Amino acid sequence: MSSNPGSHGSREHVEYLLRLGDSALVLGQRLAEWCGHGPALEEDIAMTNVALDLVGQARLLLTHAGKVEGSGRDEDQLAFLRDVPEFRNATLAELPSGGVASTHEASGDYAIAIVRNLLFSAYHCELWRALSASADGELAAIAAKSLKEARYHLRHAADWTVRLGDGTDESHARAQAALDTLWPYTHELFETDAIEKAVARHGIGVESGTIRGGWLDTVAAVVAEATLRLPADTAFRSTGKLGLHSEHLGYLLTEMQSLHRQHPGASW
Amino acid sequence: MSSPTSAAAERAWEVLAGVADPEIPAVSVVDLGIVREVRADGSALEVTVTPTYTGCPATQVIEASIRRALADAGFNATVRTSLAPAWTTDWMTEAGREKLARFGIAPPGTRAADAPVPIRFVRTAPAAVACPHCGATDTERLAEFGSTACKALYRCRACREPFDHFKPI
Repeated sequence: MSSNPGSHGSREHVEYLLRLGDSALVLGQRLAEWCGHGPALEEDIAMTNVALDLVGQARLLLTHAGKVEGSGRDEDQLAFLRDVPEFRNATLAELPSGGVASTHEASGDYAIAIVRNLLFSAYHCELWRALSASADGELAAIAAKSLKEARYHLRHAADWTVRLGDGTDESHARAQAALDTLWPYTHELFETDAIEKAVARHGIGVESGTIRGGWLDTVAAVVAEATLRLPADTAFRSTGKLGLHSEHLGYLLTEMQSLHRQHPGASW
Repeated sequence: MSSPTSAAAERAWEVLAGVADPEIPAVSVVDLGIVREVRADGSALEVTVTPTYTGCPATQVIEASIRRALADAGFNATVRTSLAPAWTTDWMTEAGREKLARFGIAPPGTRAADAPVPIRFVRTAPAAVACPHCGATDTERLAEFGSTACKALYRCRACREPFDHFKPI
């Protein structure tokens, strides 16, 4: 194995792919919780469709991460046999559907689901567009494919952010509360660290700080259309992509991994 | 006169044109444009397919159906999946679009594959999609996502019928 940080098999390359794959997987799992619980049939279908896309993207990304790592781990081993500290998803993805103060069992808040999808899909659009030119050919192919899907996710989330924000007093207040709750967690998405610098230097990844401008333009336009206000930036930084998670990820993994842990290697 | 290998590839394309999409059986995998390449080399055949959506649950069924149809026709075929270039509805055949419309699904428009999709709000809905039942263009989108990942839900304001629209991507 080479010590070159950008070469095939480097630790930074694997870490970077795990961040991308884990964020898609964990957000997909959160959205799948809406299956059978959507506020309307169409929205139930929308949330599960977005979840399906995200899990599909996660499968490709984790499969690729396993190959780049080169120690024989496949998508299932990475998704089902790692524990909380080994997950590299952004904290924003793992926050419960009912908001940060809720317990896992609490019923979801659709404003949280919609606003998180707005923040995440706008980020994914910027990210996948940039990664479509990655020097890692497989990552570039996954990014180009995922970009098409992320654009639909963004359209759906933007539509509903406007409906909720520019809706009734109740829906407006809840959309604003969701935005205020989630906003501090968006900073992590754009914190450039040594791993991103290493993969960016080799043309594999991007320094995420460079895509915040495009993201903010999109989000600010939707927020304004929705008659909501952008929260002030604060010093809080979540650290999920470093493996330091909120207390919520453990519950999510327990549910997601239970079948595989009870029946290791099961297939159907 | 064509070489034996290209004749084999041609025959394989004919077989593939009879493999139906599991979720929209009115169209074949060739109509959808997901069969990207057929290469014949002696007795071996390699078929390259590309998924429509990353999470499409039909992908594995499609691969199995292709393998079975080609085996039944006497081919020794392997199926390879390729992600790049990413599938676009622009690859759907003209015949495929007509079959979709007859099946009650408004086909995707023909447009540049990588044209950026602007953010559209409900009040400024995107260009009208013609109703596959009555042909009227006075239609509206009810939901961005429909019965499968590749479709959106619409309704016709002229004939009042709901319908699926195959999303252009």
